[in-house]
Amino acid sequence: MAVFVYAENINGVYKKAAFEAVSYARSVADQTGETVTAISVNPTDSSDLLYKYGASNVINIKDEGLKNFSAKAYAQAVKEVADGNIIVFPHTTDASSIAPMLAVMNGYSLITNVLEAPESVAPLQVKRRAFSGKGFMYAKAEGTGVIITVSQNAFGVKENPVSGSEEVKELSVANEDTKVISHEQSSGKLDLKEAEIVVSAGRGMKGPENWGMIEDLAGVLGAATACSKPVSDIGWRPHAEHVGQTGKSIAPNLYIAVGISGAIQHLAGVNSSKTIVVINSDAESPFYKSADYGVVGDAFQIIPALTEKIKALKG
Amino acid sequence: MKILVCISSVPDTTSKINFTADKSAFDKNGIQWVINPLDEFALTKAVKLQESQGATVTVINVGDAVTEPVIRKALAIGANDAVRVNLDPKDSYSTAKEIAAVAQNGGYDLILCGKESLDYNGGSVPGMVAQLLNQPFVNASVGLDINGTEATAVREIEGGKETISVKLPAVIAGQKGLVDEKDLIIPNMRGIMSARTKPLQVVEATSSEVKVQGVSYDSVPPRAAVKMVSPDNLDELVRLLHEEAKVI
Repeated sequence: MAVFVYAENINGVYKKAAFEAVSYARSVADQTGETVTAISVNPTDSSDLLYKYGASNVINIKDEGLKNFSAKAYAQAVKEVADGNIIVFPHTTDASSIAPMLAVMNGYSLITNVLEAPESVAPLQVKRRAFSGKGFMYAKAEGTGVIITVSQNAFGVKENPVSGSEEVKELSVANEDTKVISHEQSSGKLDLKEAEIVVSAGRGMKGPENWGMIEDLAGVLGAATACSKPVSDIGWRPHAEHVGQTGKSIAPNLYIAVGISGAIQHLAGVNSSKTIVVINSDAESPFYKSADYGVVGDAFQIIPALTEKIKALKG
Repeated sequence: MKILVCISSVPDTTSKINFTADKSAFDKNGIQWVINPLDEFALTKAVKLQESQGATVTVINVGDAVTEPVIRKALAIGANDAVRVNLDPKDSYSTAKEIAAVAQNGGYDLILCGKESLDYNGGSVPGMVAQLLNQPFVNASVGLDINGTEATAVREIEGGKETISVKLPAVIAGQKGLVDEKDLIIPNMRGIMSARTKPLQVVEATSSEVKVQGVSYDSVPPRAAVKMVSPDNLDELVRLLHEEAKVI
């Protein structure tokens, strides 16, 4: 038997979350003494990228009907090729749409938002995120078949090179219920949920015209940009950048919050960040209590200066 | 058109999250319960479709009697009636199974949910309901229009948006953007009064099958005290991030 893992790609290119899920599957397989088989739908990237993280088999599903995403059709496709009792998915939007459908199709347990390698595999018991980052739950699967979704940036991408082989499966899964009308994707922008560093700003920036300095800082750090809820509500920044309880939950290595007071709803989305820096003109901002490093002062002076200093560090 | 909206009763955002002394369960003492904020987007969307399309809106909750005030609030927001499945749910699967059992007999054209509940953050119920009913499923929806037997849904994708046409009946899981935050309905006195007399049917659970057990719980350890850096000494901040935290 093998541990299976869904290696998600966007337009054929593997996501970082796919490498993280393969790394996770590898750690599960190390506990069970099995191999890792990665499954991908219509990839254009080389399978070598998946061997690097420990997948010794790669099944490439070729299906024109799956050119557009449909949770149900993708679940059906994965079901047809995943012949194992442990299947790992990243906790991305698409993968976490497929996983519950597949769990029902197979009669498997589903444990989502997983943070660490399993404590045990038979029965499978694992730590997962709960209460919007305010607590952890140790979940145990009943029965033998289990699907796991791995919270992005929680386990990390770990190289574990193996020699692998690739198999192509031609499928033609029915995909009649949904039809994609249009697809808009901005290219070259870092995915907020995958980013290792996020620079985020709030109402303290005084207006959308001042976001240039936030983007400059993000640029030198190779970071994604984010914002607080009020900022997306008033339309200074798109909703997709809103991090917080009703926005995105993120877990970067470094989260820099500029002009954000740190309401409890905001913390719910960012408190899994490994290091938090808070820059605010208000010394009483509650966010300092949840931060690792704090600077009290005028963001309009601090951010350009900080950008220059980081640029100098990076040479 | 008949719409079923799935709502979950979750701790209010400001609630302190505690666990029992043996860490075997979430401690419900002193908790204020609210409609799961992501379900509120779904409920408001349904009420808007009720106004624009003459749809009827039924809310469903899987929970014990403690959840009834939250169900009444959903009725005050504008749902026509409600069903409570009398079960303290133990996992996503048991919840989804009960919702699907009610939906199966109800002939709903559309099932709307929030994409996850903000207590256990499973994000699994909507997809499971869709599969149990063999219906199409759109997750993370930030826009929705209904035209006869077809829905046009906009879903958020990494770095963009995708517009999809979906054959009804279908399950749509929404999030912020399905309606604007400013359009969320705050119940007025008339709504609250009428909610008292709207039908709230209680049905017994059909099954007790659980696929995932919560074995134990833990709080997030507090961070170490913040290190403050002078705005005149940003070299020190860069040094700390580079040498101490090793994140740049």
